[in-house]
Amino acid sequence: MTEADNEENKIIKPDFSDPELFCTALPKEVPRMNNIIQKFYDWAQANSLWLLAFGTGCGSIEMRPLYTARYDISRFGIAPRPTPRQSNLFIISGYVSVKTLKRIIRSYEQMQNPKFVIGLGSCTINGGMYWDSYNTINRLDHYIPVDVYVAGCMPRPEALIAGFDELKKRIKEGRGEGANEYAKNFAWYKANQKKIIKDWDMPDYNW
Amino acid sequence: MDNFWTTLLYAFLSMFVIFNYGMLLGGVVYKIIARVHGRFGPPVWQPYVNLLKVMGVRTAISHGIMFWLGPVFRFAGGIGLFLFMPVVFGSVWMQNFSFSGDLLLVIYFIFFGQLGMALGAAESGHPYSPMGIMRGLAQVTVSEVPFALAVIALAAQHGTLSITEIVAAQQGGIGNWNMMTNPVATLAGMMAFLGMMMHAPFNLHLAPQEIPVGPPTEYHSNFLGYMQANRAFFASAKLILFMNLFFGGATNIPVLVGKTFTLYMFAVFVGVVNPRFTLENSIRWFIRIPTATGIIAVLIYTFKN
Repeated sequence: MTEADNEENKIIKPDFSDPELFCTALPKEVPRMNNIIQKFYDWAQANSLWLLAFGTGCGSIEMRPLYTARYDISRFGIAPRPTPRQSNLFIISGYVSVKTLKRIIRSYEQMQNPKFVIGLGSCTINGGMYWDSYNTINRLDHYIPVDVYVAGCMPRPEALIAGFDELKKRIKEGRGEGANEYAKNFAWYKANQKKIIKDWDMPDYNW
Repeated sequence: MDNFWTTLLYAFLSMFVIFNYGMLLGGVVYKIIARVHGRFGPPVWQPYVNLLKVMGVRTAISHGIMFWLGPVFRFAGGIGLFLFMPVVFGSVWMQNFSFSGDLLLVIYFIFFGQLGMALGAAESGHPYSPMGIMRGLAQVTVSEVPFALAVIALAAQHGTLSITEIVAAQQGGIGNWNMMTNPVATLAGMMAFLGMMMHAPFNLHLAPQEIPVGPPTEYHSNFLGYMQANRAFFASAKLILFMNLFFGGATNIPVLVGKTFTLYMFAVFVGVVNPRFTLENSIRWFIRIPTATGIIAVLIYTFKN
């Protein structure tokens, strides 16, 4: 690579050290309050799940019927949100390729504490039919904390609704602490992520 | 009204009532839209749960002072609009500060929140926010044209800009309502109303299917909570404004609820059966028939006097 090429790359690539553009602070654990207000908030979290409508794999085809008259998840207070800032539930729908993993990490980190993850389909559990593929990961919970797995290839929308019920139960019991777990084991998660993503051209932590 | 503390207490009381009314109205509208789609929809108390949920989010990220102030301005706009209108005509405690502000101030407050929001959302740096702002402001501005013309016609008709006096002039039966005495202005006003209520066909700037949710893309946790609370205030305040201007105001709370609910259903029903306009189509629609109707309404009173 010549000197001129380097100069060009500098112009094209954003300056990741710029604090105006990217957050350099590590995520912090926010402990639960051990009182009745926390229980109340848990109840509200469980009954108002806003899912990030970002289909990561073929499983997202099973998410669309959920919004229609036949399955209608709005009955359970679940609604799709188009932005990670406002959503608190991330459904990883199927196989995760290395390219998608990058986007998943960026989106997941932009969600605010508390946040929940559902792994949809066998691919998120052990790689499924892609377990020996050259560009997909096998176990999702090595890269981001997962609350509930819904097994199957593909799981029907009914199975996904059962998964929502399980997640609600977990949240009400105070076990939906994925965001804190991620902050606590941040180094481990980052090491795993960097093992897979060779061209790590993003900030270490996104807001 | 000479006791400041009593006035303040009444204002808080009426704000409490109208906040809960707005929240429940939102829940009922979710339900109605879902029924039209053939779904069951969320429970009517879902807006409360959503509000609690966003208030219970443990972390928040600010992009700067304006970002922080955006929802505050929006909230101030909603409350300002509400507080300078008589909610229930003749009632002591639902009178608010209507004696100290007129129609022009109220119209200003409709716009004030949007401008604050525009500055705040623009600071978030997300490219979708300015796009949503551009669309939202264009939409609001163009729907203000027929509305302003209708207001001018009303002012010429009654010779005043005070909302309380306009409501007072409409008392004594349906024949005295501006809907009957000034149907052309009412027509223009109601077409503007469709553009202001953020339902289809005029909700391009907020539609999740277009660009993700428009101006509030980056807003989350308490910021979003403020905006949700404001939506309850703002929607019911706008309904009360239109009820006061064209439909005789209200002399008690059941009448208030009946009239504002019917008014809202007009916007909701038009919304659920119509597809969404693009911004260009929406602007063209507003500057044709509604604006022409508004101009006719003003001309009638120009030649009459």
